Amino acid sequence: MRMLTFAGRNTKEILRDPINLAFGLGFPLVLILLLSAIQANVPVPLFEIQHLTPGVAVFGLAFLTLFSATLIAKDRGSSLMQRLYTTPLTSLDFILGYTLPILPIAVVQSLVCYAAAVALGLDITINIFFAILGVIPVSLLYIALGLLCGSVLNDKQVGGVCGALLTNLSAWLSGVWFDLNLVGGAFKKVAYLLPFVHAVDMERALLAGDFSGIFPHLWWVLGYAVALLVLAVWLFLRQMKRQ
Amino acid sequence: MDAIRIEGLTKRYKDVTAVDDLTLSVRQGELLSLLGVNGAGKTTTIKMLSCLTQPTDGDAFLDGHSIVTDPTAVKGIIAVSPQETAVAPGLSVKENLRLMCGVHGFAKAKSNAKIADLTALLGLESVIDRKAGKLSGGWQRRLSIAMALISEPQVLFLDEPTLGLDVLARSDLWDIIRSLKGKVTILLTTHYMEEAEALSDRIAIMKDGKLILCDTAAAIKQTAGTDNFEQAFIRIVKGVAR
Repeated sequence: MRMLTFAGRNTKEILRDPINLAFGLGFPLVLILLLSAIQANVPVPLFEIQHLTPGVAVFGLAFLTLFSATLIAKDRGSSLMQRLYTTPLTSLDFILGYTLPILPIAVVQSLVCYAAAVALGLDITINIFFAILGVIPVSLLYIALGLLCGSVLNDKQVGGVCGALLTNLSAWLSGVWFDLNLVGGAFKKVAYLLPFVHAVDMERALLAGDFSGIFPHLWWVLGYAVALLVLAVWLFLRQMKRQ
Repeated sequence: MDAIRIEGLTKRYKDVTAVDDLTLSVRQGELLSLLGVNGAGKTTTIKMLSCLTQPTDGDAFLDGHSIVTDPTAVKGIIAVSPQETAVAPGLSVKENLRLMCGVHGFAKAKSNAKIADLTALLGLESVIDRKAGKLSGGWQRRLSIAMALISEPQVLFLDEPTLGLDVLARSDLWDIIRSLKGKVTILLTTHYMEEAEALSDRIAIMKDGKLILCDTAAAIKQTAGTDNFEQAFIRIVKGVAR
């Protein structure tokens, strides 16, 4: 009950910010429309709708990291957190209260992406449902990054690290905008040591109905998500103690 | 009966002793002001008493509960209105109050009753549906105090409650704080001498983390040999009078 009240407050704070809505829902939509328009004029296999949509759905989750980290960092910088620390809310209430609201937002964001893709010609199959389900472990990864960054950075630093660095890393190292084989070498090796391209490959496999193809990508995504979540919780608790 | 009993409370940060062996009692329903120049240890004292910071040494008991060994029980009977306005900016005034009801685990009927009571007490009716982040400093401070009162605390910590407010907003808040006297034990920190003098039953003066005097405003003036409370404070802090 206490945690849900806090989670409800966090959901409202995120959704009532028009910039969040513009970037969280608007930006992925614009990307799908724009790249589909390019694809219509200059056909590129990478931008075919069944290839493009899973990538954009994953890329859009990077903005959720930004929203969640910004909210946590702003709360930490304000006296509201101090007030809430003197209430019966527990550490677990805080952690769940900051992480749980992002999950439904991530699912809705993916739904919007896939709905737009269907309007642009993506075949309606049960695989869309599985692809949207697949967004849940990926969003855990991005939620953990949000909790981590929000626990150690101030809101201005969050803007730089999550708004610029993370979104760019997610873009370059995910194989959404260009085929990593085109660069190859160390770049591709580094990309496959990070979770972003695995998340996109997993989503593409799910949408294609290639369920055996989600492995080992799912393990990479879950491994990073769990490791980052553990680190984020430790850092959050540490800053809570320091308050 | 003492609502707050502080025994040798000490907080050290590396080389700095922010609060040094503080011993003090506050009676139930009393309003005690903590006065001191910057760095005197007022805010650190409130942070320790509200379980935000662990003391390095000593202990304090709120309604008999130790801040060191029983912080959960302490958190159940206190409320804090921090130095800066502590509201959720994206929520309306009513939603902020409902948030505090929720984190204290109130059922819906009790929440509605508490929100109605505090809206009336703090005069928040005209702004009840406005976003907290869009309110003026005075309204935000009122809301902040309403949020602190929602849990029906036995002990209320007001850290510089009128800092940065204009004369009228400050006067309104003084009236609200006066209306709470006797019902809630209040520990207030302030830089404003006239505020401490006007509101307090007793005033504790701190310097460099130590308590140097705790008495009524009248007795402090008498000790310092002046009719002016600000002069009395300056003399005492400078060590001219003790």
